[in-house]
Amino acid sequence: MSKLTDLTMAEARDGLAKGAFTAVELTGAHIKATEAQRHLNAFIVETPDLALDAAKASDARRQAGNIGSMDGLPIGIKDLFCTEGVQTTAASHILEGFKPPYESTVSGKLKAAGAISLGKLNLDEFAMGSSNQTSYFGAVENPWKKKSDPKAKLVPGGSSGGSAAAVAARMVLGATGTDTGGSIRQPAAFCGITGIKPTYGRCSRFGIVAFASSLDQAGPMARTVRDCAIMLGAMAGYDPKDSTSVNMAVPDFERALTGDIRGLKVGIPKEYRPDGLSDEVARVWDQGIEWLKAAGATPVEISLPHTKYALATYYIIAPAECSSNLARYDGLRFGLRVPGKTLDDMYKKSRAAGFGAEVRRRILIGTYVLSAGYYDAYYAKAQKVRRLIAEDFRKAFETVDVILTPTAPSAAFGMGEGTDDPVTMWLNDVFTIPTSMAGLPGLSLPAGLSQDGLPLGLQLIGRPFDEETVFRVAGVMETAANFTAKPEGV
Amino acid sequence: MSLDKATVRAIAELARIEVKDEELDHLAGELSNILTFVEQLSEVNTDGVAPMTSVADITAPMRADVVNDGGYPDKVLANAPEAAEGFFTVPKVVE
Repeated sequence: MSKLTDLTMAEARDGLAKGAFTAVELTGAHIKATEAQRHLNAFIVETPDLALDAAKASDARRQAGNIGSMDGLPIGIKDLFCTEGVQTTAASHILEGFKPPYESTVSGKLKAAGAISLGKLNLDEFAMGSSNQTSYFGAVENPWKKKSDPKAKLVPGGSSGGSAAAVAARMVLGATGTDTGGSIRQPAAFCGITGIKPTYGRCSRFGIVAFASSLDQAGPMARTVRDCAIMLGAMAGYDPKDSTSVNMAVPDFERALTGDIRGLKVGIPKEYRPDGLSDEVARVWDQGIEWLKAAGATPVEISLPHTKYALATYYIIAPAECSSNLARYDGLRFGLRVPGKTLDDMYKKSRAAGFGAEVRRRILIGTYVLSAGYYDAYYAKAQKVRRLIAEDFRKAFETVDVILTPTAPSAAFGMGEGTDDPVTMWLNDVFTIPTSMAGLPGLSLPAGLSQDGLPLGLQLIGRPFDEETVFRVAGVMETAANFTAKPEGV
Repeated sequence: MSLDKATVRAIAELARIEVKDEELDHLAGELSNILTFVEQLSEVNTDGVAPMTSVADITAPMRADVVNDGGYPDKVLANAPEAAEGFFTVPKVVE
């Protein structure tokens, strides 16, 4: 038998069902992997004792014949999901020590399905970043290395960088992520794993530390398409506690993996091939188109004319919403307090000490674009362009069933690179942000390796609440790509 | 749009974040760059386009107006940096 940590979630589920190993054994193997890979800094808090207790309870449930869809499967939870009694920080100093008295709906549903949490995974502070370098608890290291320079430390992408690194390094079978502008898909691409941002409204946002509420959406990150389908099935569903969660039945996503995509029309947006797109990324995209053709689908060139404005639109809307959401960190009810002479003085000192540079920058931009006299010029204008971006997709989906694009403009880059200029860093999300603006499901899967031995991802975008077609096409691409490479030493 | 130091100070005041004087120049430069970047939106014709406030095509749901939670002040106050007698405490606000 292969190492327990090399199993996919589906294989582990079958192994548990057959009694080949216990949840305690499976959990123990993953706890050991977590300890062995601590240098990656993927976890902010490890909870091995809670995990082993939960694994024992899972084994007992199995004995009693009463198991959930993910019973006994070890996962990690991005430290943006409130977990009852376990520190939840959003990777910010301002929330250090915060122990929520309640559980987020999504992490609660995973626990109810029997999944075993090994702890809380590192991220960019308040999920604001594309490289996991803005975390107060230190950067996360990508387990993958360049062939040309194996000593250089690479970023795992962000903001769900701890989740992506932990899944890639076989510390967990899957992890929760959240995606506001690409925070599941870009790190999945950088770490050679699969991740899906479902349609906005598919998963409850209750108990997830809010960044930009009209964009934030939770999703699974795992090593295969099937594993993401299993995990999304456990995470999704209507929740009266989130007024934007949609009251719609959750399909059996695994059943969507039929392997048959004959006759499907796949949109290839011409605007996603800008001048200066890396040859390697363009090549892997062309390869993806060939795989789909070989499986009986038809590529169709489409136009999404407002694509080039998505980034600028995002960097008005997301900071505006963040400046409003983060107003709650006042040094009063939870988190960091720095004493001040007056109430205002205490607010200002607490927030200055508690927020990092990127978060402060976005709060200030957001405050500016919402301030009197500028609201219409910036915020209302961005909301109008957002509608045009969403309309582009709506029109495209009149003729195609799914859209194929690269996930990110490059492979993982080195730590410390691209931190001087925030706008350059934001370009990482140029292919993922339009999908977020339109609220559509987007999945990234590994499609190949760069010359330098690093994973490259492709993105599939679907119609609203049509994750099933996205999974079906992704399953076919995964088989064709046959991505079996692993990071060195894992 | 280029922001001057006084404007950055005013924004920081609105956002209730203390910013040191020596940081103002650097921040003004960074924020001005960002605003210059986003101003490309002015070239998009949005005449007659309604602002999009949500992608979810749903109306705000209603629920019964009943008390269905509460009664545990200790739990509510457990994360407070300072609390006393069942209340959050703040610096003195009335002289």
